[in-house]
Amino acid sequence: MTGLLEVTELSKLFPAGGGPGSWARFKRRYSSGPNNLPMVHAVDEVSFAIGKAEAIGLVGESGCGKSTLVRALTRLIDVSGGSIKLGDRELSLKAARVFARDRDRARIQMVFQDAGEGINPRFNAFDAIADPLRRLRKLRGKPLRERIETAARRCGLPLELLSRYPHQLSGGQRARVGIARAIAVEPELLVLDEPTAALDVSVQVVILQLLQRLKRDLGISYLFVSHDLSVVRLICDRVLVMYLGKIVETGPAAEVFAHPLHPYTQTLVAAVPRLHRDASERLRLIGEPMSPIDPDPNVCRFYGRCPRGMETCQAAMPALRRFGERHVACHFAEDLLPRS
Amino acid sequence: MTAPALSVEALCVEFRTRSGIVHALDNVSFTVGKGETIAIVGESGSGKSVTAYAVMGILDPAGRVTAGRAMLGDLDLLAATPGQLAEVRGRNIAMIFQNPRTALNPIRRVGRQIADVLIRHGKLTRKAAAAAAVEMLRAVGITDPARRAKSYPFEMSGGMCQRVMIAIALAAKPSLLIADEPTTGLDVTTQAVIMDLIGDLAQKLGMATIFITHDLALAGQRASRIVVMHAGHVIETASTKELFANPRHPYTAELIAATPDSATSLEALAAIPGALPDLRRADLPPCRYSERCTRKTERCTQPLPRAAPNASHLVACWNPLPARSIETANVSAA
Repeated sequence: MTGLLEVTELSKLFPAGGGPGSWARFKRRYSSGPNNLPMVHAVDEVSFAIGKAEAIGLVGESGCGKSTLVRALTRLIDVSGGSIKLGDRELSLKAARVFARDRDRARIQMVFQDAGEGINPRFNAFDAIADPLRRLRKLRGKPLRERIETAARRCGLPLELLSRYPHQLSGGQRARVGIARAIAVEPELLVLDEPTAALDVSVQVVILQLLQRLKRDLGISYLFVSHDLSVVRLICDRVLVMYLGKIVETGPAAEVFAHPLHPYTQTLVAAVPRLHRDASERLRLIGEPMSPIDPDPNVCRFYGRCPRGMETCQAAMPALRRFGERHVACHFAEDLLPRS
Repeated sequence: MTAPALSVEALCVEFRTRSGIVHALDNVSFTVGKGETIAIVGESGSGKSVTAYAVMGILDPAGRVTAGRAMLGDLDLLAATPGQLAEVRGRNIAMIFQNPRTALNPIRRVGRQIADVLIRHGKLTRKAAAAAAVEMLRAVGITDPARRAKSYPFEMSGGMCQRVMIAIALAAKPSLLIADEPTTGLDVTTQAVIMDLIGDLAQKLGMATIFITHDLALAGQRASRIVVMHAGHVIETASTKELFANPRHPYTAELIAATPDSATSLEALAAIPGALPDLRRADLPPCRYSERCTRKTERCTQPLPRAAPNASHLVACWNPLPARSIETANVSAA
């Protein structure tokens, strides 16, 4: 598979603590270097690749760094280290503010979680979809209208709804506007941040099927962020599981869902409610995750919550190791592999 | 069966709005046995939350109960005076709201918010209530409860806020708990833990639980019976096993088919055609699903069939899907 996006050892750290006017903020501004401040390791040396026309799922609980990773990838924020390569172009070096007007800006687009809040309430659907076309493709007049109508038609949005404002649209229609806006500039990578989280199951199905069709017709790659594994399983080819800034497991979506290897993935899969199974399989995650502020680099991030935790886990951070098509960051992954 | 913990009979609720009267609930009936867990399932706008709010007497001022009874023991909650309701709420019925961050008071320490309930309903002194509040926090699995009791809601994670809500709801040991989408917005892992907690405490206290959700799979895991709602109607009620194995109402069957878990590929998932009818219409058909329904017949324009009161599987449909087993022969039509 030809690569589209390659991410290598990407990190994003935030200085911890300190609201406006606080002592920490004062210190940050006037101290000699940023190194003496506690840092939140939101994304910690994450590497992965996305192929052309491939759909990758990114799952993990809230606070694990999914959104930070996505925001860094879409270059809405600056990165602390590592590289993001789109084709042969290195994206991580430009400041986010500069990248907003870059010629490659249109190649990565994003669909936000709640389309109701992601669309300017003072823009009608037409203007919402037109905004990126005007800014990035400099389209005006008739060609603009044509592009918008094509995008709307692709997303199953009736053209007469284009003059409506977000509050006049239903949840499913808003989701369609959000998707139409993102695909209008013909991106190569579409980042979807829980696009169906706010929708009812019946609407969710329609939107997922729409996304599937768009992917097939336009050949776009997807990075699909969700905490709903049963949705990821259906739409994604591969899945990345994240825990506290680290990728702990990757692999083909169906396999990860059927035979999770990392203990965290196992609890995640066990927690998904299933129709024809009761909750008696008690594999539960206890306690809260460890603090992301300057975590010990030699301790597994999952230690303390992990049912298997042993001394080795406290002595060395497990590396992401390869097992066939899958990668697992656990010292005990061998024991968990299905016997074949 | 012994007397139910709560029995809702023919509840009708309307909302007066500028653009007309919204017929939000029509003839909603269900019962919850003592110590039983039931789930009310439906899409947004189906009237799940309105049912809970009406029972609790906390409907929006624009809402009005036009008919029906909600019997909690001998007390009709819908006809009770504000004073009677204030005695019952918190002590006999408690509710967990959808968004714990907005439901908690942002400027009071969480320990105080739990103690408030204990002082009001447990007749404890301030000091005893503060100590009991810490014990409640321990009971809902918060680590270091003495310190956490002094925190404000914004200092806690979503899962912890939900635990605090549960502690408040259960402080006076109510006999009925209404949980309105208690885990929406929480992670699946936290959701499982919170649902376990509610289940365990309900069992320990012998408490009946009404669990409102849009997630059919989650409802199936936790409730012994499921009430399916659509556009203000209860369209099907059955035991969980029976409902999944043998859905009779076309809408229930569609809902099960649309749940991602049930499919192996996206193509196999079925979308439900159409949308909820506009509940402001004066000419709402007797069956509010009929305009989306693929099994519509001429009889569907007649008033909905009334179910036999003691049947275990109730369907409000003239042309239900055929039963797959003989056990469901007691499905009734007029």
